[in-house]
Amino acid sequence: MMEKMIFGRFIPGDSFVHRMDPRAKILFVFLFIAIVFVANNTLTYLLLLAFTFFVVFLSKIRLYFLVNGLKPVFILLIFTFMLHIFFTKGGDLLFSFGFVEVYEEGLRQGIFISIRFLVLVFITSILTLTTSPISITDGIEVLLGPFKRIKLPVHELALMMSISLRFIPTLMDETGKILKAQMARGSDIGSGPLKKRIKAVVPLLIPLFVSAFKRAEDLATAMEVRGYRGGEGRTRYRQLDWRMRDTLSLLMLVGFTAVLWYFRT
Amino acid sequence: MNSIIMSFKDVTFTYTPDDQSVRPAVADLSFSIEEGEWIALVGHNGSGKSTIAKLMNGLLFPQAGEVAAMNLTMSEESLWDIRSQMGMVFQNPDNQFVGATVQDDVAFALENNGVPHEEMVVRVKESLRQVKMEEFLDHEPHHLSGGQKQRVAIAGALALRPRLLILDEATSMLDPQGRMEVIETIRELREETGLTVISITHDLEEAALADRIIVMNAGRKHKEGTPEEVFLTGNELTTLGLDLPFAMRMTHLLREAGVQVLGEHMTEDELVEELWTFYSKK
Ligand SMILES: Nc1ncnc2c1ncn2[C@@H]1O[C@H](COP(=O)(O)OP(=O)(O)OP(=O)(O)O)[C@@H](O)[C@H]1O
Ligand SMILES: [Mg+2]
Repeated sequence: MMEKMIFGRFIPGDSFVHRMDPRAKILFVFLFIAIVFVANNTLTYLLLLAFTFFVVFLSKIRLYFLVNGLKPVFILLIFTFMLHIFFTKGGDLLFSFGFVEVYEEGLRQGIFISIRFLVLVFITSILTLTTSPISITDGIEVLLGPFKRIKLPVHELALMMSISLRFIPTLMDETGKILKAQMARGSDIGSGPLKKRIKAVVPLLIPLFVSAFKRAEDLATAMEVRGYRGGEGRTRYRQLDWRMRDTLSLLMLVGFTAVLWYFRT
Repeated sequence: MNSIIMSFKDVTFTYTPDDQSVRPAVADLSFSIEEGEWIALVGHNGSGKSTIAKLMNGLLFPQAGEVAAMNLTMSEESLWDIRSQMGMVFQNPDNQFVGATVQDDVAFALENNGVPHEEMVVRVKESLRQVKMEEFLDHEPHHLSGGQKQRVAIAGALALRPRLLILDEATSMLDPQGRMEVIETIRELREETGLTVISITHDLEEAALADRIIVMNAGRKHKEGTPEEVFLTGNELTTLGLDLPFAMRMTHLLREAGVQVLGEHMTEDELVEELWTFYSKK
């Protein structure tokens, strides 16, 4: 289950989307989120769907892989669809089945909301699937750059984010080790009533915290020794590279918005 | 070129200045290290080795005495100047890996010192080549072995082209293979660049490779000299809680058993060399 989940995972590749500048991708996603709400009739929703599949096609991520990885999301989707079908009244009565009555408006709303949900999940997944976490961090740091003026600690936030990302696998490993060590001492985490299981987690968390603090201290020393003095006067090793394709992608999105706007009712 | 690169003069440091009952971590310590030397600093747990390393690059300041490096006296003003000329590698390979990938980590010190981008690209490649990790440019830390991570840490220290490299038990958490890799890397580096190295270690076999050994005991300098001089004291080191190199222990045991081994041997190879020619020489 967890292995198949693709939420927040990065799949390296060499597609048009992979090669885009992370800044362009982030802007694209935010703009897209706004645009989704422009659609309001069958044609515009279909256009939205078509556009999303076009982006998926450009990312060279297999649709099957995407759909398979987002299974838990589909359960949520079906649930909201059902809610709309059963509880939104309006328009003609399509059919009734005992006390359940399905109206035309309910069906329409159900489908629309599902499409909206689907395209949002697809587009944001494409962002995280095609961009390494560290590039996303870089993109956010640069995009938030202007907010340094109002004293937002942009550099520090980005550094915090990248260090957290860097330490996730390390701490996961460590959790595994502690778990095994506690199991070897007879602690039983996998079974029993919930209360007992929660209690069993404590001897797992405490060593993890202790070691995380130790790591943080070591890391701070290592950073200081290597001349870290905050964001002032620092240069960047990873350079972002805004190309023609990035401008074009954003223009394409703006064009698409115009089309949606034209066809909406 | 016999210029002094690092010197301590009557340095005393205590973590608890208010509590007189605790012995200082480092007491009345004096020594000086010449450019190009390989120094091993050995001593039992808590003998003050890490504290000395921290005094060397201004993470700590002594209560008495003077630390000088690169012809500058250590102070708040000279601190960053001194630090940019010395690299330091610590014990735990995971806790000093800052970057998301190998190349980001090597570039970290360069970024901090405001090196321009084009120059950084060149230096990252160069340092990784020096530690033979150039194929691992884009690898993430959790896909590297301990020895590889330590070599990346060395590359990260080398990127600034330091004159002095301090290794604080950099090999103690590694398996024998990783340890060999790191020691070999240091040896080659010194041949190639003449870098000054101070390695803090528990491992007397590693210390035997150095030009000079400083033995610490309870915050004070116990002895200083070439590996031969230091190891000749034999049992004295054992009482300080240090293990003699295997070849030396073997030599002593052979002598006790009545075998007339002639020389003092610090490496296994030397001992084997004498032993297999033993009868033919007689
Ligand atoms: N942060 C600290 N606060 C208080 N006392 C400390 C601190 N760090 C070390 N000490 C004490 O200072 C003394 C020297 O410690 P140091 O870490 O320098 O020893 P070491 O030779 O590096 O030991 P090891 O071989 O275990 O690394 C020890 O007695 C230790 O307990
Ligand atoms: Mg130590």
